[in-house]
Amino acid sequence: MKGPGPALRAAMIAGFVFLYAPIVILVVYSFNESRLVTVWGGFSTKWYAALWQNQGLLDAAWVSVIVAVTASTLATVLGVMAGLTLARMPRFFGRTLFSGMVLAPLVMPEVITGLSLLLAFIAVSLDRGLLTIIIAHATFSMCYVAVVVQARLAGFDRSVEEAAQDLGARPATVFWRVTLPIIAPGVVAGWLLSFTLSLDDLVIASFVAGPGSTTLPIRIFSSVRLGVTPEINAIATILIGLVAFGALLWSLTLKSALAARARQQSGA
Amino acid sequence: MAEVVKGGGSLGRRLTVMVPYLWLLAFFLFPFLIVLKISFSEVVVAQPPYAPVWDSFDAVIGHLSTISFENYAFLFSDDLYLNSYLNSVRIAFVSTVIALLIGYPLALGMARSGPGWRLVLLTLVILPFWTSFLIRVYAWIGILKTEGLLNTALLSAGLISEPLIIQYTTTAVYIGIVYSYLPFMVLPLYASLEKLDASLLEAASDLGARPWVAFWRVTLPLSLPGILAGSSLVFIPAVGEFVIPELLGSTSVQMIGRTLWNEFFQNRDWPIASAVAVLLLLVLVIPIMLFQRYARAEGTG
Repeated sequence: MKGPGPALRAAMIAGFVFLYAPIVILVVYSFNESRLVTVWGGFSTKWYAALWQNQGLLDAAWVSVIVAVTASTLATVLGVMAGLTLARMPRFFGRTLFSGMVLAPLVMPEVITGLSLLLAFIAVSLDRGLLTIIIAHATFSMCYVAVVVQARLAGFDRSVEEAAQDLGARPATVFWRVTLPIIAPGVVAGWLLSFTLSLDDLVIASFVAGPGSTTLPIRIFSSVRLGVTPEINAIATILIGLVAFGALLWSLTLKSALAARARQQSGA
Repeated sequence: MAEVVKGGGSLGRRLTVMVPYLWLLAFFLFPFLIVLKISFSEVVVAQPPYAPVWDSFDAVIGHLSTISFENYAFLFSDDLYLNSYLNSVRIAFVSTVIALLIGYPLALGMARSGPGWRLVLLTLVILPFWTSFLIRVYAWIGILKTEGLLNTALLSAGLISEPLIIQYTTTAVYIGIVYSYLPFMVLPLYASLEKLDASLLEAASDLGARPWVAFWRVTLPLSLPGILAGSSLVFIPAVGEFVIPELLGSTSVQMIGRTLWNEFFQNRDWPIASAVAVLLLLVLVIPIMLFQRYARAEGTG
């Protein structure tokens, strides 16, 4: 392999600049003293300080965290069940409908998901609020978890589970001691994905949120509509920082896990 | 419910199937049936603004006789809706092509990099996906607006004498969509290009093919599954996009997701919003089915 040529290398650099330049600019301008977005008025952290005074934004952030933690946990439990069903139960009544319902939300436009859930909540007279947002987020996130878990199980030899069963382990024991450790990376990835999706969702939450349950994206969206403000840059930078931190943590654990495996293999 | 899981099975096994099944029936299928039902009902000026949903089974039967195609007829009679659909499909298509043109060299370069670099580059492509979508779209407002960073930079460099009007145009929507969905294009492309056997290219060049010919005759055809997968991952969500046209496009850039939103939140016309949703789904189901047919043919062939 001789590596990418100069033309490809240039295209790659241009591609990555395109991907990262807007984010870098956003972060840099969150430290701008000036309220104007295009004029650099010197380094300042005053917009971060201003965030702590903005009660509406803080409340919305808190609502988002509660929703994201609850919804992603619920989605993980439901998604693991759905993934197990798809991977381990080749036939049962209504399997086609089931797998269709797991895959459809992945390609469903958000406006349709939001509209249909809202109309359903109204039809059964369920008041809009935290609960309805959690249900909505858990529903689409569980499908992502199911797909990840199913993919993880598809690559695995079923005989390990059968061996445990033959040795007298009860189904619950097989699940906790054999299956769950196998799918654990998928479960963690699924939870993180659900958490991110929930924290990021604007469209569906806008439909199903009630007056007292404004999430962070709804709040950001309504102020973004009025224009660019350094305060929004500051909160965006905090969110980007959290993601970068999480990614760093994740790649470090991955690296140490790979290193441990390499050590094990060389030792054996 | 014992017959649900063939071959019996424990309580745990049955619960594993039943719980997610019932959840999806209640929160995915049932809501969609309601949308379908409301799309066939007439506007009633009251709260909620549509004729009541079924109270009993008899009501459902009774309702079937009063099915109304009025909303759908209205959608076809007003140019706004047809234009929104065509606009959405056109904008999504152009964005997909641009994303492919930017994403392909990126993925090819990644696939030809050393193994150590590959992991780093792959992480760099995935990372923006974990960052808030709304924030990534927002970041472009400060760059594209008339008194924004791009114009300031170009003006002070003397490259232009008048600021470019990009914000609130279709161009801004293209930029937003390509930017937001580029990782979805690159990842499947990379996956198919990485699998590509380097010895095939060596064979081509040994047989006298120039690099460009080898690319057209070997690399490109073999990466076709990646192109199709990446293109549908960009095209499908782009058609129903709401946030990008709302923030970067003007009101004249009508896309169907935005039309649905306005019908619902501004005009409070629930039956029309529901009919728009049903038709949008139909617009999307056709390319998805074509893609699946292709994927299946690919799998068996």
